[in-house]
Amino acid sequence: MAVTEASLPRRILTTPTAGPLAALILACVFFSLNSEQFLTGGNFSLIIQQVMVVGTLAIGQTLIILTAGIDLSNGAIMAFGGIVMAKLSLSIPPLVAIGAGLAVCAAFGLINGLLVTKIVLPPFIVTLGMLNVVFALTHIYSQDQTVTGLPPELTFLGQTFQLGDTRVTYGSVLTIALFLLFAYLLGHTAWGRHVYALGNSPEIARLTGIRTDRLTVGVYSLAGLVYGIAALLLVSRTGVGDPQAGQTDNLDSITAVVLGGTSLFGGRGQVLGTLIGALIVGVFRNGLQLMGVPSIYQTLITGILVILAVAVDQLSRRRTR
Amino acid sequence: MTTAVLQARGLVKRYGHVTALDGADFDLMPGEVLAVIGDNGAGKTTLIKALTGAIQPDSGEILLDGKRVRFSDPLEARRHGIETVYQDLAIAASLDIATNMFLGRELRRPGVLGKVFRMLDKPRMRAASAEYMAELKIGLRSLSVPVESLSGGQRQGVAVARAVAWASHVVVMDEPTAALGVKESGQVLDLIRRVRDRGLPVVLISHNMPHVFEIADRIHVQRLGRRVAQLKPGEHSMAEVVAIMTGALTVSEGKAVIADKDAAEAIGLS
Repeated sequence: MAVTEASLPRRILTTPTAGPLAALILACVFFSLNSEQFLTGGNFSLIIQQVMVVGTLAIGQTLIILTAGIDLSNGAIMAFGGIVMAKLSLSIPPLVAIGAGLAVCAAFGLINGLLVTKIVLPPFIVTLGMLNVVFALTHIYSQDQTVTGLPPELTFLGQTFQLGDTRVTYGSVLTIALFLLFAYLLGHTAWGRHVYALGNSPEIARLTGIRTDRLTVGVYSLAGLVYGIAALLLVSRTGVGDPQAGQTDNLDSITAVVLGGTSLFGGRGQVLGTLIGALIVGVFRNGLQLMGVPSIYQTLITGILVILAVAVDQLSRRRTR
Repeated sequence: MTTAVLQARGLVKRYGHVTALDGADFDLMPGEVLAVIGDNGAGKTTLIKALTGAIQPDSGEILLDGKRVRFSDPLEARRHGIETVYQDLAIAASLDIATNMFLGRELRRPGVLGKVFRMLDKPRMRAASAEYMAELKIGLRSLSVPVESLSGGQRQGVAVARAVAWASHVVVMDEPTAALGVKESGQVLDLIRRVRDRGLPVVLISHNMPHVFEIADRIHVQRLGRRVAQLKPGEHSMAEVVAIMTGALTVSEGKAVIADKDAAEAIGLS
């Protein structure tokens, strides 16, 4: 029997990111009809700046959710990484301070990964515990003080360059580049395929010869490193080391992942979907703000969107069974 | 005398107080379909897992082509050319067929793209998968759809095709027809025949006596963690084999002997 490829329209319709992308476009159309300022380069540049920190956290979150895990500690790890970078940069060379912050974040990811694989604890519990541990460490280490007067290396990503008639931050470019990098790694390397296989079923992956423990530890560590980059973005955006930062970013990153069509059951989803998910949140916040809707309604609508997204995921899974 | 392709002597595996394998032996001859049958809890799956590296026996030895081997994980068994189709655990549902065929053994692009950027060679993997599928006469609409959108028989076909594509020594299948309808089961049995015709010995674990009698060259009967008989389907009736499996009959010097008179009478064999 002949083996043929699925037709293009069918492939587009069955792409998991089709729904989120349609939602994003619809939202953009809606807001541009309701606000003249919405559809401008400057406004979009602002939206990307507003979502880049949570978006970058959500890259790590996507990796972990694809393995059927979850990370509640990513916002706290980022805050700690930011404080480490900020405090150290006052006494040692700033680039070394940045490296130290990245390493600390990766190390927390590594600990999460080891606890999940070696002691076989549920990721929810491990990262819930880690959330509290790291939150406390952040406040102990910073003595609850905001770190100010940072060297320019730490705020470079917050600076802008001219693109057409729009000013774009270097951080926005880095964030988009990270999304593209991970889309490539997940979609076009053996490592990426193994992450999906692991999320489908750890036992199947193991029997196929994939070293599942090593892969899981690697995913958590890599996610930690990405949180470190998010920390640098955060510091560059705010210009200070803030121990109070990122307290709801763990849940916001999960929101972005889910809105992007990645399944919380693991093994299904796209990191570019997460970018779309983060943008959906950003567009709604920004658009509703431009329309003069009180901010509490933005939260309300985000909540409804999340439930809708999970419901769609669940229903589509049921249909394919 | 021909050497067995895969052999085991005195395998023991305990899980706490439960003894799953109690000195089990096993012999697979070249080019045969060997059915492994046994009641629930007889240790069929444990035996197969030990032979394929998924678990490590507490004692006993495994020989491949007469040489002693130890498999510390499934990957090592696969390196020795033993491929397994595990029941319900064969393929990753959300990945496509070509990805599943090459899972854990991906091909990379030649040159810099593959070496530096570790880029997968999807076209080459797809083409090779299509070839295997065609060779085993497994008809599929598309190789790029996720496996979960296929029927049960097609999924099993993909799992079997993968095993056959990589196996150089032995293909092991755990209940390959368990979840399938009549027509699909027939297709999988045909597939097993085609695998044997290519010269690969097949170990088939099954509960389905008609299937076993249809396809097996020999039957290994597992009971209470041991091999209690090796039979040829033509020399025994299905009822006899079931009786041996449940302990109503025992085998001595190739002949079935009544062990449990009441039980044998109950199934009309005395």
